[in-house]
Amino acid sequence: MLYFSKLRIIFITLISLLFIIFALSNLFNFDNKILNKKINLGLDLQGGSYLLLEIDNDPVIEQKLQNLTVTIRNYFKEKNVRITNFKLSNQTLSFTSDENSKQTILDEFASEESELNPYYQRFKSHQLDIVEENNFFKVSFSKQGIINLKTSSQDQALEIVRRRIDEIGTNEPNILKRGNDRILVELPGLDDPMRIKSLLGKTANLTFRFVTNDTEGSFGAEKLEFEDGTEEAIVSKRIILSGENLLDAQPRMDTENNETVVTFSLDRVGAKRFGKATSTGIGKRLAIVLDGKVISAPVIRDTIATGSGQISGGFTFQSATDLALLLRSGALPAPLNIIEERTVGPDLGQDSINAGMIALLIGFILVILYIFVKYKIFGIITNIALILNLFILVGILTIFEATLTLPGIAGIILTVGMAVDANVLIFERIKEELKSEKNNLIAFDSGYTKSRTAILDANITTLLAAIILFFMGSGPIKGFSLTLGIGIFTTLFTVYFIARLLTVLYVSKNKEKEGLI
Amino acid sequence: MIAFNKYYNRFNILSVSLVIVSLLLLTFKGLNFGIDFKGGTLIELRSTDSKINVSSLRDNLSQMNLGDVSVKNFGNETDFLIKFENNENKNVIEEIKKNLDKSFGNSFNFRRVENVGPKVSAELLRSGVIAISVALFLMLVYIWIRFEWQFSLGAIVALFHDVIVTLGLFSLLGLEINLSIIAAVLTIVGYSMNDTVVIFDRVRENLRKYSDIKIFQLTNISINETLSRTLITSVTTLLALLSIFFFGGEVLKGFSLAMIFGVIFGTYSSIYIANTVLVRLNVSQKTVLREDKN
Repeated sequence: MLYFSKLRIIFITLISLLFIIFALSNLFNFDNKILNKKINLGLDLQGGSYLLLEIDNDPVIEQKLQNLTVTIRNYFKEKNVRITNFKLSNQTLSFTSDENSKQTILDEFASEESELNPYYQRFKSHQLDIVEENNFFKVSFSKQGIINLKTSSQDQALEIVRRRIDEIGTNEPNILKRGNDRILVELPGLDDPMRIKSLLGKTANLTFRFVTNDTEGSFGAEKLEFEDGTEEAIVSKRIILSGENLLDAQPRMDTENNETVVTFSLDRVGAKRFGKATSTGIGKRLAIVLDGKVISAPVIRDTIATGSGQISGGFTFQSATDLALLLRSGALPAPLNIIEERTVGPDLGQDSINAGMIALLIGFILVILYIFVKYKIFGIITNIALILNLFILVGILTIFEATLTLPGIAGIILTVGMAVDANVLIFERIKEELKSEKNNLIAFDSGYTKSRTAILDANITTLLAAIILFFMGSGPIKGFSLTLGIGIFTTLFTVYFIARLLTVLYVSKNKEKEGLI
Repeated sequence: MIAFNKYYNRFNILSVSLVIVSLLLLTFKGLNFGIDFKGGTLIELRSTDSKINVSSLRDNLSQMNLGDVSVKNFGNETDFLIKFENNENKNVIEEIKKNLDKSFGNSFNFRRVENVGPKVSAELLRSGVIAISVALFLMLVYIWIRFEWQFSLGAIVALFHDVIVTLGLFSLLGLEINLSIIAAVLTIVGYSMNDTVVIFDRVRENLRKYSDIKIFQLTNISINETLSRTLITSVTTLLALLSIFFFGGEVLKGFSLAMIFGVIFGTYSSIYIANTVLVRLNVSQKTVLREDKN
């Protein structure tokens, strides 16, 4: 245990130096791409917002089943099968048919080539499940069908969320999928997430529909409230234009009426439809509906064939800007709910950094003094190892550009407290060995050897706890487990290479000295 | 040599009562779950106006129909912590901001806002419980591989003792249980195990060495031989933790406090619980040698 080859000494020195340089690169700016790495500060230290959004897929499922009603009816009409009594409730579509057609319907749904009910070869599952009882059919999404639907709406929602956040221009946002119906948004440096929250909370489903008095029309109509809550209007369900037809939208000051408006331009299809609707509907009111609320319902005075127009609705410049942004970035496939939010202001972050650093410094000094008093010269050796331990730990975090959180700093401090354990185990064992063994070298050697299993045990148990935390924990707790876990490896390295090397050098120079430790 | 074994019985009675009291507390008083596990909203405010105090703030917020609002100072006189259950009231933070600005002038800085929905808090609680259970199970497996079953039992009993008593103390003092406390409990599990294993290692070594010393005496020898290590490590760990407790800021207070309790209980239990299990199971040289043969 006491022999070190020259090569090994050089190797240990080089490794230590490398990590020290990386650790220092947090303080200085190196003109080198590889060296100029920095530890990332977590949101709790640099300030920022963490938002967990959940996609509410229920309306999507209802909508898809609603659309299916027409598809099923037409599909079986061609095959001369009569289907009646369509009903949609509880995310299940039910209908009835007669005894003769029963098998045809079931066969169509069960066929692997079915156009009606796509078959996922990969998952060995259909999109829809069908149950039949006395010619009464119930159709609902299969497990795999739901998963596919959720995944696709998550993909779309992620894209829209990214566009909206990019439009606002926050620095380095982090937008990630979580599970199959959640999106995690991390916005560093943002101390007021109100605006982003309200932008993400809107589905931004824009439609242009005529205001009618006739509730019986072929498409039906619904009563909708105005955005400002002042009036209500009966609006046809027939959609003239939707947000998909928009090419661009911008806020603008309308100098004529001295109010802020949102101007928009339409794609070719949209322009054509808009032109047709405005030419046939002169004198009618066209409602502009956003997420089920009427923004405004101006009376059509002229045919608009240019494919552009403007929306007014008593906007402030801010609300016009936000509406334009929402329209540009597109509608979400389903509503998003913010189910978890954690926001830390930048000054609290800075306070946490300061407090963490002071705690680290004081804890470090106390431990170093205590160890020095306990072990004198070997205390110095332990302390050198401890200081290097800290540098190497920070160096590793820097190389991987890991994220440091406040609990992460606590993990580093705890590592400092627990790291001396290994050296203490060794030195206490050596003391015992020296009681029966007068040869310093032999006593030191067996001290190292005999303490080894206890040291490994001690570190493995802590490592197990750290690993579990890393995989089960979230955000800041992950940071704690990361520093605690890496700390175990750096501790073993510094104890067995650096402290041992220094011990060997000292002991071999003082072979004959009594009461060495 | 200190005669630790003289007090085995007395401390066993003490520990059993502590565990029973803790379990009673946990059952009837329960734990004070923070918003991480209960759901709700937390706001940390700093005011620039020293005239604003807890009661004026509470009066103001109670008019807002937020339900049960808790307002208290946080660290110092001008920092406040507001907590309430948030029942689906989505823009409540914006409303509070407007309301406070109206009543007190722009004298508040929103330093921290946390809002955890009921679904997320239930998930966090579940994953916290799973994490602790998995940790205990893995420790069990590890110790079972490393030692004879009597030792495993001793270590596990000590481990459960530490976790239960720490949580019992949190229940008694009404301290808040949040995510960082779960991290603390897991670290306590690791630390307590570590302490026990070091002593057990020595017990096993001594069992092989001396065939004529009874386990009652042998555990005492082993405790004494490892005592200075136990104390030095506990002291350095406590120094680090006390430094976090006093200087690490308000956020880490609960975490470091749980760890401080845990380290004290962990040290105590590896001496007075883990070892006494060996004594009560009458472990002898045969126990260790039989295993070696296998």
